[in-house]
Amino acid sequence: MINLTIDNKAIQVPEGTTILKAARMNGIDIPTLCHFELDGMNFENKPGGCRVCVVEVKGRRNLAPACATDVMEGMEVLTHSARVINARKTVVELILSDHPNDCLQCEKNGDCELQSLTKRLGIKEIPFKGATSTYRKDSTLSVYRDMDKCVMCRRCESMCNKFMSVGALSGVNRGFQAVVAPAFEQNLGDSSCVNCGQCVQVCPVGALTLVDNISDVLKAIADPTKKVVVQTAPAVRVALGEEFGMKPGEIVTGKMAAALRRLGFDQVYDTDWSADLTIMEEGTELLGRLKKALAGEEVKLPMFTSCCPAWVTFYEKNFPDLLEYPSTAKSPQGMFGAVAKNYLAPKLGVKREDLVVVSIMPCLAKKSERAREELAVNGDSDVNYTLSTRELAHMIRQCNLNLNDMPEEDFDSPLGQSTGAAVIFGATGGVMEAALRTAYELHTGKTLPKVEFHETRGFDGVKEATIDIDGFPLKIAVVYSLANARKMMEQVRQGNPNGYHFIEVMACPGGCIGGAGQPYHHGNSEIIRKRMEAIYREDEGKPIRKSHENPEILAIYEEYYGEPCGHLSHEQLHTHYFDKSDKVEATK
Amino acid sequence: MANIKLSEEKINIIKEIAKSFGNKPGEVINVLHQVQGKFGYLPAEVQEIVAHELGIPVSRVYGIVSFYSFFTMEPKGKHPIDICLGTACYVRGAEKVLDAFKRALNVEVGKCTSDGKFSLNTLRCVGACGLAPVAMVGDKVYGRLTPDLVPGIIAEYND
Repeated sequence: MINLTIDNKAIQVPEGTTILKAARMNGIDIPTLCHFELDGMNFENKPGGCRVCVVEVKGRRNLAPACATDVMEGMEVLTHSARVINARKTVVELILSDHPNDCLQCEKNGDCELQSLTKRLGIKEIPFKGATSTYRKDSTLSVYRDMDKCVMCRRCESMCNKFMSVGALSGVNRGFQAVVAPAFEQNLGDSSCVNCGQCVQVCPVGALTLVDNISDVLKAIADPTKKVVVQTAPAVRVALGEEFGMKPGEIVTGKMAAALRRLGFDQVYDTDWSADLTIMEEGTELLGRLKKALAGEEVKLPMFTSCCPAWVTFYEKNFPDLLEYPSTAKSPQGMFGAVAKNYLAPKLGVKREDLVVVSIMPCLAKKSERAREELAVNGDSDVNYTLSTRELAHMIRQCNLNLNDMPEEDFDSPLGQSTGAAVIFGATGGVMEAALRTAYELHTGKTLPKVEFHETRGFDGVKEATIDIDGFPLKIAVVYSLANARKMMEQVRQGNPNGYHFIEVMACPGGCIGGAGQPYHHGNSEIIRKRMEAIYREDEGKPIRKSHENPEILAIYEEYYGEPCGHLSHEQLHTHYFDKSDKVEATK
Repeated sequence: MANIKLSEEKINIIKEIAKSFGNKPGEVINVLHQVQGKFGYLPAEVQEIVAHELGIPVSRVYGIVSFYSFFTMEPKGKHPIDICLGTACYVRGAEKVLDAFKRALNVEVGKCTSDGKFSLNTLRCVGACGLAPVAMVGDKVYGRLTPDLVPGIIAEYND
């Protein structure tokens, strides 16, 4: 242990602790800008570049960056001496001197870390005048880039490279021309980007933001010739409340349904319903592959989940040789869209193009998934618009509603009822657990002795287990972060030495609850933990907790699809993947 | 980016260089240095191959190429011209000399003439300050330059 004082307070911390961490462990909050950490999720951005966290260390000539300086025995640290405050203010004033002065119209207004830092330091004017850096704007279907606002914290670059191993973003050029950009400064959409959007989630300012589709949805609602239905993903209901001042982990399912109805959606449905449907299809597909494998037939194992659209794009771009391994089941968003346009539209008495399907997602990649050509018929997408959790919150406020005042209401039928297995899709390991609940019972014909599979839960980036399915040892793995997913795919390339049968992949920290469309957590991983606890609370509170017992799911198979992985479900509920890699072709 | 094309021979040269550095990501600058030595410049497709061979994102390779002024994505001409803009040359009128080269060749700094014959660049000091202002064409040094000497120098390289 190391003894030191911070602001004259004697403290003791383990060796190797930074001054920043030592201070925070002892209730002293040193401001930061570039530093970003997701505690317990193996992500830290610590370039020591912004110098906002500088502190005075007795006996040291220069101020020290607290985020990048380890504690030493006998150290005396001052975090708010006149010299420190002066330096800190100067640093922020210099950053502001090359920052657009458009806070009022900025997407990040109220959520911006530079804005709150400016307020905290009491900066009233910018004494420095000089050139400002400008860069062209760029956008994918999910992510909008305005590099004029970039403060070069490099959080996006770390997220993209270290956590996701996508490698789309890098610091390029030098000095005043320096910018974070894709290779050759091409558009993000032409790079290796998979639209996971985590660069947006970690950006402290408005340099990286989401593509806003609220006005499209408002227009559709206002159009009398259209019937507009909405579906809401599992992770939204445990995070939306944060936008209305509720504590993280508050479950707002009923209030959200009520708010959606008051926004003018004709029918309010649930992606949880189609998550149950996904389990029926994906679980059946897994059992089918396993049976073939046991019969000695050539079959692709392990099977990977295919719910996460960033992950789907990732393997299409990086592992075109392994496209037959992931499940062919569409994501719950995609399945809902297909059911709505094919089964629901005739029931509601409207043509498919007059039924507008809106999805509310914790995710930005879903905005790109919805636009995939193969998920449309004659140019009419199965899902017409995707809003993130944050956009839904904006829309609720815009329409003079307050989530806190909403009554508890139910979803509409028949695409509204769901089980506990569906809601846990929102957390890492949830799809696996839901699939196990169903696969076990469908395969053995027996009732599970215990519904919960604790092996698949928690925040470890890679979880492995062997599940006993009536004597058959099913080897599973659950990963989040695409860097972990990459390692799994590389194992498959090496012949699957660990003998996995089934692997769940989610791109975002902790799964969809940590998605890029969720309320900003600003690196407070406790918020993501609370959302996960809420997900499992919601599961426990459900009267039905296994997808294959959902009466509305059983009914649609009875009435429409026949059986899971049958002919019609293959046509509507399954998809295929494309080689999207960039190969350098050799010419003679 | 659409699929890009590069001759098999060039790909093999890059592969050999990467291999000679053990295909280690940490050797990226050395690899780029040698590859530029072979090709004279580092176009996008070459950077793609380097990235692939070292197992790092191409954005990272481009980050390095765009950071160091030594690396260039522009092809060099048959006769690369470098104008010294160091302090001594600058105060003795190097900028006017540079302008004369730009006019005579109809080319911007960092670019190559359309016939591929000359490329124009600037540098900081070649250690011949006594001859300021100085320019180099290939390895040959020209000193005490004035704008009216420029057409004569270029004419020396007209075959």
